[in-house]
Amino acid sequence: MVNSFTWMIGGPQGSGINSVAENFAKACIRGGLHVFANIEYHSNIKGEHSYYRLRVDSREPRSHVDWVDLLVALDRETMFGDLNKVHPTHRGHRHEVSPGGGIIYDSSLKLQPESFGRDDIKLFPVPYMDLLIDALKEFGKDKELSKYQVMVNTIALGASIGLVDYDFDLATEAIKEGFTGRKAALGDLNISAARHGYDYAKKMFGQNAFPIRLRKQPLGAKRMMIRGVQSIAIGKLKAGCGFQTYYPITPATDESEYLESHQPDYNMIVVQAEDEISAINMATGAAHAGLRSSTSTSGPGFSLMAEGLGWAGITEAPGPVIILWQRAGPATGLPTRTEQADLRFALHAAHGEFPRIIIAPGDVAECFYDTFDAFNYAERYQVPVIILADKFLASTYKDIPLFNTDGMKVDRGDLVQEEDLAKSPDYKRYQFTELGISPRARPGLKGGVFWTTGDEHDEYGHITEAADLRVRMMKKRMNKVELAGQVIPNSKKATLHGPTSAPITLVGWGSTKGAILDGMEDLRADGIETNFLQIRYVNPFPTDFVQKVLSSSRLTVAVENNYSGQMAGLIRERTGIAINSKVVKFDGRPFSQNEVYEGVRDAVRDGAKEVTLSHA
Amino acid sequence: MLELKNYRTQVHNDWCPGCGDFGIVNAIQMTFLEMQLEPHRIGLFSGIGCSGKTPHFVNAYGFHTLHGRVLPIATGAKLANPSLTVIAVGGDGDGLGIGAGHFVNTGRRNLDFTYVLHDNGVYGLTKGQASPTLPKGLKTKSMPAPSIVEGINPIAMAIASGYTFVARSYALDVRHLKATLRAAIEHRGSAFVDVLQTCPTYNDINTKEWYAGDDLPSKAPRLYKLEETGYDGKVADPTVRDETNSKKGNALLKSFEWGEKIPIGVFFKMEVATFEDQLANRMPALKEKPFVEHDIYSRDISPLLDELA
Repeated sequence: MVNSFTWMIGGPQGSGINSVAENFAKACIRGGLHVFANIEYHSNIKGEHSYYRLRVDSREPRSHVDWVDLLVALDRETMFGDLNKVHPTHRGHRHEVSPGGGIIYDSSLKLQPESFGRDDIKLFPVPYMDLLIDALKEFGKDKELSKYQVMVNTIALGASIGLVDYDFDLATEAIKEGFTGRKAALGDLNISAARHGYDYAKKMFGQNAFPIRLRKQPLGAKRMMIRGVQSIAIGKLKAGCGFQTYYPITPATDESEYLESHQPDYNMIVVQAEDEISAINMATGAAHAGLRSSTSTSGPGFSLMAEGLGWAGITEAPGPVIILWQRAGPATGLPTRTEQADLRFALHAAHGEFPRIIIAPGDVAECFYDTFDAFNYAERYQVPVIILADKFLASTYKDIPLFNTDGMKVDRGDLVQEEDLAKSPDYKRYQFTELGISPRARPGLKGGVFWTTGDEHDEYGHITEAADLRVRMMKKRMNKVELAGQVIPNSKKATLHGPTSAPITLVGWGSTKGAILDGMEDLRADGIETNFLQIRYVNPFPTDFVQKVLSSSRLTVAVENNYSGQMAGLIRERTGIAINSKVVKFDGRPFSQNEVYEGVRDAVRDGAKEVTLSHA
Repeated sequence: MLELKNYRTQVHNDWCPGCGDFGIVNAIQMTFLEMQLEPHRIGLFSGIGCSGKTPHFVNAYGFHTLHGRVLPIATGAKLANPSLTVIAVGGDGDGLGIGAGHFVNTGRRNLDFTYVLHDNGVYGLTKGQASPTLPKGLKTKSMPAPSIVEGINPIAMAIASGYTFVARSYALDVRHLKATLRAAIEHRGSAFVDVLQTCPTYNDINTKEWYAGDDLPSKAPRLYKLEETGYDGKVADPTVRDETNSKKGNALLKSFEWGEKIPIGVFFKMEVATFEDQLANRMPALKEKPFVEHDIYSRDISPLLDELA
């Protein structure tokens, strides 16, 4: 078989599996192949088991699968799990190796082939340490073995490339890029390590030891390897965001760190706040002051932000844009694992009623485009905008074409200038207007002095408790979501993927998009024809479109990474339509392609109202 | 020439007669007048409580924020537009109870702004509960029993947190308060002013008469001015660690003086790089003009994409 391959590297946290997997992925992309790479890790700094899965294909994979063709084990636990522990978390990945697949492991473990309990897979023992010492010798560094021990991961990468017979130069190139400047010498050391692994595999296991081959394909247009945190960060930079706040939290922090590292080139203030309460309020203060602003967090932080969100709402702040990187809750939950259980929370966080816009991008590309739009809406409608992403999107790498920024335009809404203010004295920040949106000044502008308060207020922004004003101000604010709903095209709010005539409609939102799209192909191959309604705007909700699609479907199945089927509930609330069955997963792990297939198949064939999946 | 009326609004003031807040808002307006600050160059921020209403009575950009959150919101606005004169006001419960974390961390940043604490020992608007600054053992009018927890020392806390200008004044001595506020606003860095304030409705202990020393055998006022005693809290050279430490130590000692004699005036002052200065070192464009006036809306992201390709 050629160019359809899933590789996995596992080891204790701190063993550098990320960089090795990303180098392999990069080498594949440079050879015209496509990748989908996701990581699972514990809430731990060093020692606990983590693994990185890399799927490579000639066509763009949009999800992962639950099997592994070639497993690289940096330790014993990767193969056999932690069953010796009082509370084991996994039984090892040897069970996931596909029939005919193989395992690369450290020969010094001296494992008996029988101990794997698999006679349908191939074993590739590699003397990690001996090869590393050989590699170090070339640089006279073999006396410093302990310092370079982590490089056994690169030995294993080299061996993997040898087994799938891929172009070694592409790997060299990828490794080199990771070590520039002062670290360049380290790059050469790593290349040598990879070479030793590669040569060993070729020599010891022979040309045809492994059934899957990777072959270069002609290169098309330039592609990048990107994950959600980068996509959203770049979306913010493109949108002219000038202020980002955060409090350290998994999995959101990578986004802020990415922005902070690019601060000098893009003139953006990044502030690490004392807590998320401060983070959202700083961002709202900056938005009121006229700077596009944003904050980024996950569920526990967003819980603290509820109060500030309400203040942004009632004061009609032009932002912030809040990125909610969902993870498995409640409380600390599974802090490094994924979930889509904050849909309802995002919709209703904070006391009282106020407008908010909520967008749920489905993949890394949508992360970029939706983030850009979010800033325009925040300023145009003077509302907080929430982007609902999750840990899976945050940390999953994909290769995609470079973003197309043609026609992307910053729209700052009705932001008045001093000339406008000079022409019309008696400026009122909360003026009732025909459209329902008040012209917005910013502190510093002459003639624009305004007051703003979290109390109910009059047009000037002064406190009122008058009943009639309260009613008018509530209507003014609440109407803004409706207005946004009329202006934002349906094509952005929801998409029907696949044949419109399909009798079965899968419904999903956010990061399940890829697995659903890939799973649909397996379903079709099995004679189950489906289409997929992807809901991207939670608020304003595309009620008419959803109603139209679902009412012409014979069977509807919601696929959600949560316990209760929150989107299914929202659909019922907005359209009155009850989704027929739910395929849910709430074990903190993302849906794979085969899970979507199996879950939907069972729901369709058995008519199950609810299917709960857990493969991990 | 700006006049006092340029800093006033027509908003109805519903503070209790005799409230210390009047002294504070008057002093704020008089300071603006004296400094001839243009109203549109000022951002006045408040928390929640009686003092929270302050911005509504002042003609300047006014932000009446959330309980305890005045400092983060003021920080965001100041960073977006460092050319504004930013003043934050709030009660002692607001700043040292619900907002204590923000109080500490704002001090650490040394942002160039002024924070005025309305310090009257009670939560007025919720009808007289003990606030964090009420000393242990005291029972004000509406409390069911005396407080059994220690009061916070705001001056000591400000010095420990990193505020680079720390002073105390008195709401009923508008002249002293005005001079202190001006010094605070003119200070480059985070300035904290603890304003002792009477609450005629709920604090029946720390009254105007109490501050005047009417209950003391000497009948001498409790408040005395630090500067009249030869005390000098200013660090001449912040690069000299010993001097900085000893000035901080002196200020801490002074801050615990409470009872028959209560010092007011500047406890501590030191000029070092502000948060904005340090950001401008990272991003020189900030030195030219605030980011709200920069065109950051046509950024070229292609280098970032190439980096990932």
